[in-house]
Amino acid sequence: MKLNELTIKEAREGLKSKKFSSVELTKACLEQIKKHNKDLNAFITVTEKEALDQAKSADELISSGQDLPLLGIPIALKDLFSTKGIKTTAGSKVLENYVPQYDATVVKKIKDAGAVIVGKTNLDAWAHGSSGENSDFGPTKNPWNKEYVPGGSSSGSAVSVASDMCLAATGTDTGGSIRLPASFNNVVGLKPTYGKVSRYGIIAMASSLDSIGHFTKTVEDSEIMLSVTGGKDIMDATTLEKKHEVKPLKKMKIGIVAQYSFMGIDKNLKTLLDNADKQLKKLGANTEYISLPNTQYATACYYIIQPSEVSSNLARYDGIRYGSARQNFGDEAKRRIMLGTYTLSAGYYDAYYKKAMQVRTLIKQDFNYAFKKVDAIITPVSPTPPWKLGEKINDPLKMYLSDIFTVTANLAGIPGLSVPIGFSNGLPVGMQILGPQFSEARLFQIGYAYEQATQWYKQKPKL
Amino acid sequence: MKIDVVHVAKLANLPLKSEEKEKFEKQLSEILSYVEKLKEVNTENVEITSQVTGLENVTRKDEAKPSLSQDDALSNTKSQHNGFFKVKAILTE
Amino acid sequence: MKNDKYIPVIGLEVHVELKTKSKMFCSCKAEYFGEKPNTNTCPVCLGLPGALPVPNQKAIEWCVMIGLSLGCKIPLFSKFDRKNYFYPDLPKGYQISQYDEPFAINGSLKLKIKNDPFDKTQAFGSEAQARRGHPEQSRTDEKLKIDEEKIIRIRRVHMEEDTAKLIHQGQDSLIDFNRSGVPLVEIVTQPDFESAQEVVEYLKKLQQIVRYLGVSDADMEKGNMRLEPNISLRINDKELIGKLPNYKVEVKNINSFRFVEKAIEYEIKRQEEILNNGETPAQETMGWNEKKGQTVSQRIKEEANDYRYFPEPDIPPIRFTQDQISKIKSQIGELPEEKLKRFQAGFGLSAYDAEILTREKPMANFFEETIIVGKKHNVNPKQIANFLINRDIDINLTLPAQLIQIILNATQTDQIDEKELEKIIDKVLKENPKAVSDYKSGKQNAIMFLMGQVMKNFKEKIDAEKVRILIMEGLR
Repeated sequence: MKLNELTIKEAREGLKSKKFSSVELTKACLEQIKKHNKDLNAFITVTEKEALDQAKSADELISSGQDLPLLGIPIALKDLFSTKGIKTTAGSKVLENYVPQYDATVVKKIKDAGAVIVGKTNLDAWAHGSSGENSDFGPTKNPWNKEYVPGGSSSGSAVSVASDMCLAATGTDTGGSIRLPASFNNVVGLKPTYGKVSRYGIIAMASSLDSIGHFTKTVEDSEIMLSVTGGKDIMDATTLEKKHEVKPLKKMKIGIVAQYSFMGIDKNLKTLLDNADKQLKKLGANTEYISLPNTQYATACYYIIQPSEVSSNLARYDGIRYGSARQNFGDEAKRRIMLGTYTLSAGYYDAYYKKAMQVRTLIKQDFNYAFKKVDAIITPVSPTPPWKLGEKINDPLKMYLSDIFTVTANLAGIPGLSVPIGFSNGLPVGMQILGPQFSEARLFQIGYAYEQATQWYKQKPKL
Repeated sequence: MKIDVVHVAKLANLPLKSEEKEKFEKQLSEILSYVEKLKEVNTENVEITSQVTGLENVTRKDEAKPSLSQDDALSNTKSQHNGFFKVKAILTE
Repeated sequence: MKNDKYIPVIGLEVHVELKTKSKMFCSCKAEYFGEKPNTNTCPVCLGLPGALPVPNQKAIEWCVMIGLSLGCKIPLFSKFDRKNYFYPDLPKGYQISQYDEPFAINGSLKLKIKNDPFDKTQAFGSEAQARRGHPEQSRTDEKLKIDEEKIIRIRRVHMEEDTAKLIHQGQDSLIDFNRSGVPLVEIVTQPDFESAQEVVEYLKKLQQIVRYLGVSDADMEKGNMRLEPNISLRINDKELIGKLPNYKVEVKNINSFRFVEKAIEYEIKRQEEILNNGETPAQETMGWNEKKGQTVSQRIKEEANDYRYFPEPDIPPIRFTQDQISKIKSQIGELPEEKLKRFQAGFGLSAYDAEILTREKPMANFFEETIIVGKKHNVNPKQIANFLINRDIDINLTLPAQLIQIILNATQTDQIDEKELEKIIDKVLKENPKAVSDYKSGKQNAIMFLMGQVMKNFKEKIDAEKVRILIMEGLR
């Protein structure tokens, strides 16, 4: 097995027992990036020199007996995370030459945990998109079939992990931007509870929805990453610390959403989901139908709240202190800015933004009721497997509707873990496990049991 | 649903080319018609949710900490003058 | 108002910068005066991508304190909102402010409206003059008739952040973000003013209150306090009382009491002319151009105001308990109005003297400290008040005990032959008409000459200060 194919857990063991060095591990990743990034376009910036320097210091620390959760582990960052001294573009021409003066809190935490940063990954500009095609630096390709989309917006991060260019990568999830690409790439993606991970220093998309998570090869690795990134941050007033009790899977009830069977799910995908359901039962969990009646309004609700906040968050890009002029925004950013400006404007605020905030309350209540009955809920991540590049690019509404199963978690602020459940015509798909706020430990527990039983993560794309 | 793209673009400080106007008008109108769906929902007496954490009263102590250096503050601008950011005059008399 | 055809309808928005140690939403130093440009900034107040605001606890408490001092109700629940608009001094493209749930609402401030023309000069006199309580004014008690009391209703007091400073230089505008994010309290009145004079009276009181609270220097020259009157005229008709005209003209960002007075008076005249021509003045935003002595329309490249307010998602809402509010209230201390009443009732001071002594808190404190010392020496508060008001006593350079000594020296009568001294002074004043007229025309040195003459003629040893005081009395 090549070093870059290892999981964090495996690599940490190897580094600790001196089977290999962080420099070797890092070089293996950089090698893989060099070989395949041209085709996959997963990275916007590769920080080879910095990575090797960090790997060297990691090796020194390891020799001196230091033990940190990510010591010597090569990690990629979505290019939405501010990195001091390293270009951060948000996938947009507007920030083509922007070099932040500071590190995001999560970046600081990851560095402090000893990680090696190998580069900044490609994304839909400003995290606007479900396919990765909205990047001003060209679309990222799906490593399982380069004619297909890898899912977005954290497309480069998902692909970099799936193609073993790094051991883990960070992402952001405002409406599914981690879970969707995770499921399209056969990797594990976590969207944590809103407030669990600091947003400070991560370029904001929609402030009340943005959740900061990551991609890993396994559920265990996802837990390691969260132990580093999570926790209250004094620089982000919306963060908090909370713990949830854990109980054995055999005592758990897992909900399946009754309404979802009518929501146009792809046939193959439906079969894979039924298998997953059976597998969980085999593992001892009870599954039962639950109702989330307001889900049918979630996309509409989301596409009011999100663009409204986007329009305000993108107002700072005036080309004065950094970046270039506003005409350099791409079409999707322009659409969302205008949509949000409209829904917040005088005379429309009550009908759109306020109404959406009320519907948001109802969606949140649906989950509250559901979690009184069940410990977690499983749903598909996307109604379809990955689609072809270009297929939805000229139909923004159609693109938006691919978020139908993911946006609810963002509206309710609950965590969601996307785990692989198999392949449809050679392309990976996943399910998401949703739980109440701060129930990440429970999601990991379910995800881990399922993953160990199915071992989908061992399948690798042929590059 | 008709949307006045020109007015909205002005409000959003977005320069639009004329060919963009028509495209956006169509796309945005479509999206707006879709979100009209929310009208079906009875939200009488329903509170709004603008934040999901339930947090309140998160403040910081009034303590001053070091700032960025002037060079750092100006490091990403294309236009500066004597330690100031510089823009074209915005007020006409 | 003398004008009988129209009655001015004036409302006022005042921005007061708080003197907290740090800014409103970040830990940069809040003091910016005299600092090099762009040296007090960070990702938050520069509006860098990804930066987030965390509110300053002290600033919130001070905002509530101002609200309470103005008799406002403090709602238990409050929140921040984003006010969206584009301007190069606004780094985020929105200002964090408060929209529909401000920290304080529905207060009032009572004004005493004086109608003597002399009062105007007093009202607009320099601060130094006001502090001293100009000697000439002390003898004009009859000019201090209080004609009426008027209540100005306060609509709201809310918390927001200041913008950066723009300096216009030829073809360019230069931006300094040191001021960006400094805590700003906005105090909004109902349109209850009917003259510039009332507005200025209100501003003086407001300035005095925030200084008493110690939450702002409210220094106009430094821009700690900025004024935005909105002005319109209604027809003078009883039927129309309380009805607002269908337009209003806002004058933005005035930084002097004198300019606000001029701007209002200019606007009243301008609007009157327009109305007399049967037209309605345009609803617009103006600026005050001091050089031209007129208001000028601000032609800013901006759309009509549509601020697209929405709740600030980055800051959790604020909920007070009644206890917290009581605690803030207990920190307020005695406000000028109460102090004035207490000085009058407790020390037997005239309204005028009490007003001067309570104008600034340090003066009032010094006065009270001196009273304590004075008690031991049988010097009464009235004597102390007279000295403080009529003499140039620099309270920063004088200790209460020293002032008592000065008073004692000047009033010791038992050791010297008073009649003899008075005679000599009379004689010296008569014999030196040139020195007398010199003094009266403002040559302060002349008094030194007169003092020398008196002391030479008076054989006993005598306190020079006492001689000076007696000569001054003789010169009146």
